[in-house]
Amino acid sequence: MSEIPEELQYTKEHEWVSGLQDGDLATVGVTAFAAEQLGDVVFVQLPEVGATVTEGEAIGEVESTKSVNDVYSPVAGEIVAVNDTVSDDPSLVNSDPYGEGWLFRVRIDGATSELLSAAEYTALTSGDS
Amino acid sequence: MSRPTPLREVHESLGATLTDFAGWLMPLRYGSEAAEHNAVRSAAGLFDLSHMGEIYVTGPQAADALDHALVGHLGTLDTGRARYTMICADDGGVLDDLIVYRLAAETFMVVANASNAPRVAAELTARARPYDAVVDDRSDSVALIAIQGPRAQEILATLTDADLPGLKYYAGLPGTVAGFDALIARTGYTGEDGFELFVAGPDATPLWHALTKAGEPYALRPAGLSARDTLRLEAGMPLYGNELSDALTPFDAGLGRLVKFDKPGDFVGRAALERVRDTPPRRRLTGLVMVGRRVPRHGYPVVLRQDGTIVGEVTSGAPSQSLGRPIAMAYVDTDAQGPLAVDIRGSHEPVDVVDLPFYRRKK
Repeated sequence: MSEIPEELQYTKEHEWVSGLQDGDLATVGVTAFAAEQLGDVVFVQLPEVGATVTEGEAIGEVESTKSVNDVYSPVAGEIVAVNDTVSDDPSLVNSDPYGEGWLFRVRIDGATSELLSAAEYTALTSGDS
Repeated sequence: MSRPTPLREVHESLGATLTDFAGWLMPLRYGSEAAEHNAVRSAAGLFDLSHMGEIYVTGPQAADALDHALVGHLGTLDTGRARYTMICADDGGVLDDLIVYRLAAETFMVVANASNAPRVAAELTARARPYDAVVDDRSDSVALIAIQGPRAQEILATLTDADLPGLKYYAGLPGTVAGFDALIARTGYTGEDGFELFVAGPDATPLWHALTKAGEPYALRPAGLSARDTLRLEAGMPLYGNELSDALTPFDAGLGRLVKFDKPGDFVGRAALERVRDTPPRRRLTGLVMVGRRVPRHGYPVVLRQDGTIVGEVTSGAPSQSLGRPIAMAYVDTDAQGPLAVDIRGSHEPVDVVDLPFYRRKK
C-alpha cells in the first residue's frame, strides 16, 4: 500500500495538492500510488512560469517507460514556480513523490473545487491497486 | 479473465505489477524496470515466459510438414539445433515469427508468440494434414523460464551437469536443472547471452526458486515484460504486432533471407512471396535515436524535419538505458530525404537515424 499523507489533498487524476489551507499558493505533484502505477518516470514536461491555467487543464506530461500521462492543474491561477530539479531527474517522481518530486506551484485565482481528503483518496485507490 | 502462469504466486510474493498480455496475467515489472533492464545487461535477469506457445510436430514426415507450413527449410535443421523462421499466409503476410527446435529426427518444437499461438497451432494442424505428422499444442503444460545476461551461464552451471560451454547459440539439449527435466536452450530476446528452460508446469516454481537462490551471489534479479521489451528493442529484435504483422511480408520487414525458395516442394505463401522478392519495399525498418528526452511510441508518425511531410511510422519506442536517450524502430520511406523528426503528440521532435541494432553486446 503506497503512502498517502494525511495533511495533503488529492484529485481523481492522482495528483496531490498542498498549501490550500494556508493561503493562495498550491503545490502539486503526483501521488506515490500513481508513481508506482507508472513505473520508472523518464520525462516530465512542466508548464512555463507565468502561464495562466484553468482548473482541470492539461498543462504538462509525465512519461514512464510504458506510458505517457497528462498532468492537470487542480486549480485555476498562475504558475509561479516549476520544479527544474525534477525536469533534470524525473526519477524523483518515483523516489520522493511528496517531496523532491513536486511538479509545480500555482497562485490560486478564484474559487477552488472540492478536492479529496486522504481518506477519500485511500478509498479511491484501494479498489484498483 | 486473463490466465495465470504456473508462477503467478511467485510473482505476487515478489510484489510484481501484473498486467494482461495476450490473454495472460504476466509480470510487467517487479520494481524499477530500468534496474531490471540494467541487471540483464550487467549481470543476469530471470524471466517468466510461460505465456509463449509450444507446439510439437512429430512423425516420419514432420520435417516435410514444416517445410510446407513455414518459410524456412527445417529439413536441413540438425537435431539439437534451433532456427528463427516465420509462418506466412497465402498472401505472404507474416502470421507469426517462430523459433523451431529439432529435438529428434522426427520431433520438432515450434515456439510461437503467446498472442498468435492458437492460430499457429490451428494453421500447423491444417497444413500438416496431408503429411504423416501429428501437431500437438502443449502450451498449457509447458512452462518457460529464461535466464539472460553475462552471468547466466555461471549461475545455470551451479544447477546442472549439462555441457553449457559446448551449447551453441540457437541450440537446445535435454538435461536436468536443479533436478528437474528441462530442455536447455541457448536462445533469448534480450541481446545478451542466456538460456531458455522449457519445463513441465508444476516444476516451474521450484525451478524458479532454485535459480533465484543460485543467482544471489551474481546479482540475478527477476525481470518483467517491460524490461524484456526495452532489451529486445535495443537489440533491434522485431516484435509481432509492432514490427511484424499479417499486413507485411518477411521482405517488408527486412527478413527476406528467412524465406527459402530453393527448398523442395511448395510452401504456403510461396507464390505471393516470389512476386515481391525482387521488388524493393517502399519502407525500410529504421533505427531512430531521439535528440531530446520525449519518448516516441508505437504508431507515432515519422516526419521530415523540414516541412512535416509524413514519411513513416514508429513501430516500437522506449527510453534506452544503454544509450541514455529514447530510441525507436520505425518503417520509413526509402526515398525520404533530409533530417527526420517524430511527431510526438503534435510536436516534431528531431531524431538521428542510426543502424540497427542500437546495442550489441561485447563478445
